[in-house]
Amino acid sequence: MSDIVKPFWVMVQKEIADHVRSWRFIILVALILLTTTGSIYTVLAVIQQHPAQLSANSHFLYLKLFTKSTNNLPPFITLIGFLGPLVGIALGFDAVNSERDNGTLSRIISQPIPRDYFINSKFMGALTVIIALVFALGFLVLGLGILYIGLPPAFSEFMRIVIFLAFTCIYIAFWLNLGITFSILFRQSSTSALSTLAIWLFFTVFYSMLVKFLINAFFYRQAAARPLAQLLSRISPSYLFNELTTILLTPSIRSLGGLSFRQMAGAIPSTLPIGQSLLLVWPDITALIAATLVCFGISYVLFMRQEIRAN
Amino acid sequence: MDGPTIRIQNLVKKYGSNTAVDHLNLEINRGEIFGLLGPNGAGKTTIILSLLGLSEPTSGTTIVKGFNATSEPLKVKKVTGYLPDDVGFSGNSTGLENLVYTAMLNKIPRRKAVESAKELLSLVGLEEAGQKKTKTYSKGMIQRLGLADVMIKDPEIMILDEPTIGIDPKGIIEFLELIRNLSKEKGMTVLLSSHLLHQVQKICDRVGILVSGQLLAQGKVNELADELFGQKDTAFTAEVSPITDELIQDLSQQEEIKEVQRNGEVITMKGSREVAPLISKTIIRNNANLYRLSYKEYGLDEIYQHYFEEGTADV
Repeated sequence: MSDIVKPFWVMVQKEIADHVRSWRFIILVALILLTTTGSIYTVLAVIQQHPAQLSANSHFLYLKLFTKSTNNLPPFITLIGFLGPLVGIALGFDAVNSERDNGTLSRIISQPIPRDYFINSKFMGALTVIIALVFALGFLVLGLGILYIGLPPAFSEFMRIVIFLAFTCIYIAFWLNLGITFSILFRQSSTSALSTLAIWLFFTVFYSMLVKFLINAFFYRQAAARPLAQLLSRISPSYLFNELTTILLTPSIRSLGGLSFRQMAGAIPSTLPIGQSLLLVWPDITALIAATLVCFGISYVLFMRQEIRAN
Repeated sequence: MDGPTIRIQNLVKKYGSNTAVDHLNLEINRGEIFGLLGPNGAGKTTIILSLLGLSEPTSGTTIVKGFNATSEPLKVKKVTGYLPDDVGFSGNSTGLENLVYTAMLNKIPRRKAVESAKELLSLVGLEEAGQKKTKTYSKGMIQRLGLADVMIKDPEIMILDEPTIGIDPKGIIEFLELIRNLSKEKGMTVLLSSHLLHQVQKICDRVGILVSGQLLAQGKVNELADELFGQKDTAFTAEVSPITDELIQDLSQQEEIKEVQRNGEVITMKGSREVAPLISKTIIRNNANLYRLSYKEYGLDEIYQHYFEEGTADV
């Protein structure tokens, strides 16, 4: 009996194997590795020689690895926030329509497996690959840090980094699900790739401009419009992710919005413990997870209702 | 098990306002090869998909081996092998890997899966190609791999949707032979759909003719022909030399022989099959040499044509 692998895990295994072997994935991983190595390397060089350049008190040195940058290379969190969605989209945009085109879809679901195994295994397979990639990358950075700095990270630093990596996976999973949804909606994989990329581009580049433009158009006093601007911005998953990760990896940030002088009065200028930082971004966390689940729910329903025949 | 292996009762499937299958009833017995014939868009694939529970019928029931395909698709899919009309395999894996994957989805342990996959590959003539990636396969090879893929779960029922599409004529004959041998060897029930009549005619025990979602006729091929054309006139062709005007006139005067025409070196006529001796006697009486006398036999083509015309006439 132990010889028999459950069909669902057979399918997930196959998905993982297909992703890992595909050129698309290999190229993206190479791109991420190159850029992040560059970014980390420059930060490490600075840390080794003049740590004071990064921060006056050298607390949370390991977090600085992820958030700071020197020269012209963006920091790790910006890179992963930018390239991560691309990985998600690349793994998801042709999940269903390519199988339909190849004629493998009808063959697979005519096997004695429930129909949702297909869509679930697509998600599980890609998610496993993403988790492996993100955590491998994060731990590589940590390991590199230990080698260069010669001190182990504090436990709270380590936890912050693990949580950051976990939410990076969820964020990438959001784009993965969006890609899968479009791969069900559109029969052509090029159409689904372009539409997913269009949404990604809109949210990462144009959406913040749009919000700024609207606020400028309707409000005379910038300060009064701030809560509204923030509310609008938080519709964008990339904004949520940026806010979440920045606060998580920068313990000195004490509030999402600005604090008034009266609120600041008497405050001790210290860093927040990890629990408090998490509490600060709790809404972001909930929203990001919700968006990911909603996206998956939509793709699940779409797939279950779709006719199998190709034309 | 008693009763037919596949039973379709009052099946209706509508896509919007378009009716793909219209109150269809069909029974297929155990060990039988049934050919579902019809032009493209007649509803063949729709029927097949609802047999596998992959498409939900608007009304009516499909029962396969006693299981309702709509409510218990897993039990049906366990005993049924399905070859889709546009079958494909993941191109970056070899033929063998693809078969093993299918086997493992059927809960066959890997070692046993590899064993039977190799066996099946040699059975369908892909022994060497089994180690190559399927993206290098020709259409005929894909189709044969598809058959192996259907067989690997050791099904009791095979459902093949347009299995001969895209294969060259020689390959088609081999492929159909393969299907027939496999089914007879293992006593499998086979349902195959096609719009190509001649091929299917050869291996099917029974055929059903499907036009715009309705089964217009079903039965053995020759029975269908007799039923349809038994009383009708057939066309005669006689190769005669020399052809004289007296001979043509003599033939035309016979009451049973109609539409006598000279057509180059041959004479064409119409009449029931029983007039053949009369024709030959008339020719001999006129001192002409008769080289060949033949009448046209009705096959599926004509049956099909006949129904097709009716089908379109209704619309």
